[in-house]
Amino acid sequence: MLLEAKNITFSYTKKKTILDNVSLGIEKGERVALVGPSGCGKSTLSQILAGYMKPDKGEVYFDGKLLPEKGYCPVQLIYQHPEKAINPRWKLGRTLTEAWEPDQELLDDMGIEKEWLTRYPIELSGGEMQRFCIARAMGPDTKFVIADEMTTMLDVITQAQIWELLLHIVDKRNLGMLVVTHNPLLAERICTRVIEFDKM
Amino acid sequence: MEQKKNILSVKNLSVSFKMYDKGLEQKDLKVISNLNISVQEGEILAIAGSSGSGKSLLASAILGILPNNASVDGIMTYCGMELTEELQKKLRGKEIALVPQSVAYLDPLMHVGSQVVGVRGTLEKMRTAFKRYELSKEVETMYPFQLSGGMARRILLSTAVIGDARLIVADEPTPGLSKEMAKDAMGHLRTLADEGRGIILITHDIDLAFEYADRVAVFYAGTTVETAPVEDFRNGPESLRHPYSKALWEALPQNGFKPIPGTQPYAGSLPEGCLFWPRCPVRTEACMKGEIPSRSLRGGEVCCIHAT
Ligand SMILES: Nc1ncnc2c1ncn2[C@@H]1O[C@H](COP(=O)(O)OP(=O)(O)O)[C@@H](O)[C@H]1O
Ligand code: SF4
Ligand SMILES: [Mg+2]
Repeated sequence: MLLEAKNITFSYTKKKTILDNVSLGIEKGERVALVGPSGCGKSTLSQILAGYMKPDKGEVYFDGKLLPEKGYCPVQLIYQHPEKAINPRWKLGRTLTEAWEPDQELLDDMGIEKEWLTRYPIELSGGEMQRFCIARAMGPDTKFVIADEMTTMLDVITQAQIWELLLHIVDKRNLGMLVVTHNPLLAERICTRVIEFDKM
Repeated sequence: MEQKKNILSVKNLSVSFKMYDKGLEQKDLKVISNLNISVQEGEILAIAGSSGSGKSLLASAILGILPNNASVDGIMTYCGMELTEELQKKLRGKEIALVPQSVAYLDPLMHVGSQVVGVRGTLEKMRTAFKRYELSKEVETMYPFQLSGGMARRILLSTAVIGDARLIVADEPTPGLSKEMAKDAMGHLRTLADEGRGIILITHDIDLAFEYADRVAVFYAGTTVETAPVEDFRNGPESLRHPYSKALWEALPQNGFKPIPGTQPYAGSLPEGCLFWPRCPVRTEACMKGEIPSRSLRGGEVCCIHAT
């Protein structure tokens, strides 16, 4: 099992348990879509799988080992609002190299133009910003990508572009992938298996 | 065809922002230019197009809620009257209503029931609206954070119907909703239109819009490139007029998932001639200079010299 969540329980407040004993396993070579009603806890689970939050109960294993608590997480999360994931006061070149120094090949793969590096986030479109967020998450130690509604706010051409770029890198580097989406047609197009949240 | 009354028409709209570049230098950034749309009673006009093509700005321009450093040019007419700033002020939240993009527009510290009543509604009208959208009595005293996505969406719709709006501008009402909920929200908008209102539906969920709208306007780089009856979008590329509309259609996961390369030009550095030429698969020399006027073609409008 490449990525495995075992008996995850999580709540933000005492009143309501968002994730109640949820388990999930993704094998190497699989591309899994996670679908479910809004507010059911897909984003919460994604954040736990990427090590952003600790579950109240249960564990996340990557490649048989517990997710590291310190240092670079092999599971990287890309989410819906790139503008919220980027410091608005930094030029994008600085944002890009914050965690590691991407090489030209990756920038080319992501369709990031040199000139964009000297711009501020408000001078870029959502699709352009999302390319930066992806590039930033593609460090050499990234082994698994979670895309949580990654292209929901984008027009359909930009969506198709971003998926083409990401799938190219995922294939090239043989990464695992979990896709959270509301679009069953998208899930069908890019994934090998669909998990319904309610049935987990 | 039966003569329907025009609720809103927007002609040659342009919107510019005053930008301050590194302190002293001031420049005007034109983000919308030559934009034309109209909505009739009983009609849903869907607005599709590039992210950042000015869709939400158009909504703000119609409601008169653009930021202070924006300047507007062009003519907007509401039910035959020029839509001046005073008129916008008078109608905003009543005859002209916005269904905002997110619940972030709601006050997080106030019960949603009293927010829907707002300054102009009554308790009775609120209850009628809640009933209509199957919101139970308990919801009245909930806070926004307690709402599920679908409930929040219906609350936002309630705020729009309570003031007897004749024109509703819905800005991205469906992202983050499951397919069923999204269809539900679209169905609500359809009913509101069928009762005689005009609806402007801004959306990236274009396949859904194709099911519920009457006409579709396609935006690119701050301008309308094509307006066409919805059937043409259901039919696909052969029925469409503008190369960008065709490209949108072909990028849908169910239609090939094939994107054209390139990105929309940035407002500060628009190309000469047709705004789409750098990405257009069928451009010629003639496309790269001068104004490309909008013209009528096969029951629609298109901004392309080679469209047939
Ligand atoms: N920071 C938070 N504090 C309290 N509740 C939250 C917070 N973030 C999300 N929630 C609640 O957790 C539930 C699941 O949210 P989320 O994981 O975002 O679901 P989904 O991705 O399926 O839309 C929702 O009911 C939401 O209201
Ligand atoms: S005017 Fe020319 S460049 Fe523009 S869309 Fe038409 S064919 Fe393409
Ligand atoms: Mg979510």
